[in-house]
Amino acid sequence: MTALARGIGSRLGQAIGLLLAVVVVVFFLIQIAPGDAALYLAGEQGVGDAEFLAQVRAEYGLDRPLLAQLWTYVVNIAQLDLGKSTYFEEPVLGLILDRLFATVVLAGSALLFAVVVGVAIGVFTARRPESPASSLVTATSLVGFSTPVFYSAVMFIVVFAAKWGLFPVGGIEDVRYQGNWIGESIDFLQHLVLPALSLGIIYLAYYSRLARASMLEVLESDYIRTARAKGAHERIVVYKHALRNAVIPVITIAGLQVGNLLSGALLVEVVFSWPGIGRLAVNSIFRRDSPTLLGIMIFSSAMVILANLLTDLVYRLVDPRIRVGGSR
Amino acid sequence: MNESGIAVEKLKTNDRGAMRMFLRNKAAVVGLVVFVFILLVTIFGPSLYGTSANKMVSRPFLAPSDDLAPLLGTDYLGRDILAGVVGGGRTTLLVAAVAAAMTMTIGIVIGSLAGYFGGWVDALLMRVTEIFQVMPTLLFSLVVIFLLGPGTRNETLAIGLTLWPLAARLARAEFLRLRELDFVKAARAIGCNDLRIMVRTILPNAMPPLLVSATLTIVIAILFHAGLAFLGMVDVNTVSWGSMLGKNRGYALTAWWTVFFPGLAIVITGLSVSLIGDGLQDAFNPKLRGR
Repeated sequence: MTALARGIGSRLGQAIGLLLAVVVVVFFLIQIAPGDAALYLAGEQGVGDAEFLAQVRAEYGLDRPLLAQLWTYVVNIAQLDLGKSTYFEEPVLGLILDRLFATVVLAGSALLFAVVVGVAIGVFTARRPESPASSLVTATSLVGFSTPVFYSAVMFIVVFAAKWGLFPVGGIEDVRYQGNWIGESIDFLQHLVLPALSLGIIYLAYYSRLARASMLEVLESDYIRTARAKGAHERIVVYKHALRNAVIPVITIAGLQVGNLLSGALLVEVVFSWPGIGRLAVNSIFRRDSPTLLGIMIFSSAMVILANLLTDLVYRLVDPRIRVGGSR
Repeated sequence: MNESGIAVEKLKTNDRGAMRMFLRNKAAVVGLVVFVFILLVTIFGPSLYGTSANKMVSRPFLAPSDDLAPLLGTDYLGRDILAGVVGGGRTTLLVAAVAAAMTMTIGIVIGSLAGYFGGWVDALLMRVTEIFQVMPTLLFSLVVIFLLGPGTRNETLAIGLTLWPLAARLARAEFLRLRELDFVKAARAIGCNDLRIMVRTILPNAMPPLLVSATLTIVIAILFHAGLAFLGMVDVNTVSWGSMLGKNRGYALTAWWTVFFPGLAIVITGLSVSLIGDGLQDAFNPKLRGR
């Protein structure tokens, strides 16, 4: 158990170091960007003489050495201060937290759908490797890999929302259900279906193929042959012995892909007017609201790091070989 | 140089085997044919078709079934959808190709150094790779474009800077594996220096998986550029499949053809490259040879 604790401790330290590195990268990206922040800020107020520029520089600390500026930046972020939005004139962190729930629900349900259904399809086809269903999975996963998520999202709206009227076209809630929590919940779920499906279906294609490959490999292994030889029921062999090991790569990849998932969620949020942090990021670009955009960048990197950390933890708990060995 | 002569000879026969495997794979050949067709249409199509993708040719929102409409209908400004589909691949394919080349170059340089030298070089380079891996890809390229401004050069840079970690990890794994093999030891024993071993001895043998990864990178870069165009982050005067989708999506409820065909062009292009990649993977896999 101490080895596990030490393993987690060292991973935690690495995670913090990684986040610090992201902050430094973002800081230097701002530095190499063309243009002068003071000139821009002064321009906003319609004044451009040298004296005023110097005043702006002093006010924002832009006259200080680069490393001193970096230090302030890092210390502020360590104190959970991501700066103030130039558009909302509010702390960026608050803006992000207000929209975090929407993004997490969208990305989470898409991921859950993709992993659960993907593993089910993978197991089903792995037991029948030469069947048409198996080739269908391979073909669909190739199409899924080549389909932009914003295309599936727009076409879903065209078919399921506009043509058949099954689901709302966008947004997250309907005013008519306000105050009635049962109605509100159903309404929320109805709004969630299409965005989560259009995001999840891309990953479904991917995970079903991954689960199929990993299941095929596991079913070939010695311990499965042993289980069968000792007369275990086929259902127990597949669902108890094989599935447990076959799921590990799917969990690993799913955990490592949280960054991609957030990128996909960003596009889906834009298409469905889903009020999450991805849509805020895109809107911030059009508003030239750099503190918000960069704040989201750092915040979502932290989310990815956290997800990787959790995956690592789950992985250690699921697979005893890693628990004992510590590192590869 | 007798020894290296033998090596070259052997590589050629291997390549021919892989080529035969590839050509026997129907899906891969279809992918290749379709991709070549798309390339030809993209290069020569606009001048052959004659209508500019930016020109208003008719009334807005003419459905493909309408008598007055061009083959695939018109968009919200009365522009010919087919003209957009024919010419809309230009920037996307160009940016994707250059970005993929950039991705592979950065990835191979970093991955090969890390895998070949190991130790602190490996630890340092992999830490750097990790930094780029935890930043959500699309968000990072949006930030790059936001800070550097739009334009083909910056778009390419934004995509290339985000996608390289995967290639780096792959190249590292290959170099780690190959550097322990006898022929590398032999090269070292006859006095080849590190650079020569990396470039002439290991790299050719690491090429097959890297080539497969390059095709996948092209697909991802195509989707990436289409996504940036969709969000309106690229040069607004260039019509591309992604930007057609982005600008018409507000009207998609009533005029499905304005988004359906540009999107289909992206899917078919991506799929053709994926099929080529899949074929290459099978062709390079010795387990499947001679089947």
